Amino acid sequence: MMRTRRTGAVVLTYLCLVSGAICCLIPLLWLVRSSLMSTEDMFKLPLIFFPKKIRFQNYAEVFTMVPFAKFYANTIFVVTFNILGALISNLMIAYGLTRIEFKGRKLMFSLSIGTLMLPAYVQLIPLFIEWNWFGKINTFFPLIVPAFFGNAFFIFMLCQFLRTIPRDFDEAAFMDGANYPLIIVKIIFPLAKPAMAVVAIFQFMFTWNDFMGPLLFLNDREKFTLAIGIRTFISTYYTPWGVLMAAATLTILPLIVLFFSAQKFFISGLTLGGIKG
Amino acid sequence: MTGAKMGFNTKRQTLWGWILISPLCLGLTLWVAFPMGLSLWTSLTEWDMLSKAEFVGLKNYITIFTEDELFLKSVRNTLYFTVLSVPLQMIIALGGALLLNTQVRGKRAFRTIFYLPSLIPIVVSSVMWLWLFNSQYGLINYLLHSVGLNRVQWIDSRHMVIPSLTIMNIWNVGNIIIIFLAGLQGIPKDLLEAVEIDGGRYWHKFRFVIIPLLSPIILYNMIVNMIKCLQLFVEPYIMTGGGPVNSSFSFVLHIYNNAFKYGKMGVANAMAWVLFILTLLISLVIFKTSCHWTYYEGDR
Repeated sequence: MMRTRRTGAVVLTYLCLVSGAICCLIPLLWLVRSSLMSTEDMFKLPLIFFPKKIRFQNYAEVFTMVPFAKFYANTIFVVTFNILGALISNLMIAYGLTRIEFKGRKLMFSLSIGTLMLPAYVQLIPLFIEWNWFGKINTFFPLIVPAFFGNAFFIFMLCQFLRTIPRDFDEAAFMDGANYPLIIVKIIFPLAKPAMAVVAIFQFMFTWNDFMGPLLFLNDREKFTLAIGIRTFISTYYTPWGVLMAAATLTILPLIVLFFSAQKFFISGLTLGGIKG
Repeated sequence: MTGAKMGFNTKRQTLWGWILISPLCLGLTLWVAFPMGLSLWTSLTEWDMLSKAEFVGLKNYITIFTEDELFLKSVRNTLYFTVLSVPLQMIIALGGALLLNTQVRGKRAFRTIFYLPSLIPIVVSSVMWLWLFNSQYGLINYLLHSVGLNRVQWIDSRHMVIPSLTIMNIWNVGNIIIIFLAGLQGIPKDLLEAVEIDGGRYWHKFRFVIIPLLSPIILYNMIVNMIKCLQLFVEPYIMTGGGPVNSSFSFVLHIYNNAFKYGKMGVANAMAWVLFILTLLISLVIFKTSCHWTYYEGDR
């Protein structure tokens, strides 16, 4: 009796997990499948599950129909500077907040965490007005510069991490005549490499996926990033579905590669950032 | 005093502290405080970004609530989406995490697969689901039809469009599963064993150990997700344009249209402030009621 109940529970567990996994994967597989089909084949009933004639041409057309290579280059450009900015600013800030004792640091930490609660979209219009005053609309500046001022999520995560490094390291360095910038570069940065990797990876993902920023700040098609570039395929009159799916696949490819090569950093980033409130 | 030992007097230490966190201070001023102030001021004016702004007091706020029918509709739609999405997300994520926390084989593989959808940029998933939801050529209806069920109009139906967006939203619940799973793994084994020794069933473990210890994590993720849901924008923008008959017209979409389509900066900012206050109020309510169901180690 007990035995059968156990087995039943185990079977049910696997059933749930496997069906969950199928639900997660099918949309993605369907995306890839559709990206290899001609539009005529996609609009045939009954549905063709696997394309009989694989159409790689969709992938070529992605690059000829719109300046997709340019979108790619723009995205990589913006992402690179965002990562650079995030690495420098957040480590500096987190060091200052955790390892130097001075009045006001607790308040600044709380203020920074408080911004996590702000709905980002509330600030978007005034930010647009602000960048318009600076005369930087339709440039990459609004998409890059803010990364150099720290991000509450990363600051919180790095603060948690830096607290685990013993202070003796800093003190020993001071004995040898080092100063704060030197300590950060020579001692803290090497020790914090795993945490920095998490920052870099998540910043990559945030920037790569950002839709609202480029939508507001970029006007010329030549300057588009991938996220808004995809939209150029959709039109009320004619949407080349196969090509659109190919473009979508090409957009997520780097993310998937990154995820599989650096999975442990994704997991540790999520658990560090999401567990403590 | 560590500073003194380090050969730094407190003054220099303070100076270095502020230097190091100066990007944070500047950032909070430039990208948070100033925009918020600017937004508040603009919300009290009539301004199209071209001519000079004209101060009109609370007129925009009054207009929103009295003359703008779409506004109330957009609030309703957004709240509907949030109320549907957040609890479902929490329940499914908790269920998934509990299942993964048993002794199953291939735990890592499941974890990887569940996380995969969270990687996908929202614009890509919008395009992808637009195709999946297609009422004639979409996979979902095809599968429903092939097992003998009726086709559903999904995003083409006034009643199904928000539930459809919710399904899409639940698809990428994987990151919360992983967060909950990590929380579950942090629960001390001896507490669970104590329940077993007292003759408790799984339900008792769940009710008296797992839920209390996980409650702060649930609370945090609930609020973060609620804030995200209230900002629903990209999906309706890409997939439905707010339709059919404005039934997926979201709050942020309304703000966006007012600001960048109609050039009504004042009205748009007033709406943004209403959204902000609404978000704060809901968070506050969740926080206030949370003391009944959250448990923090160390306090009784």
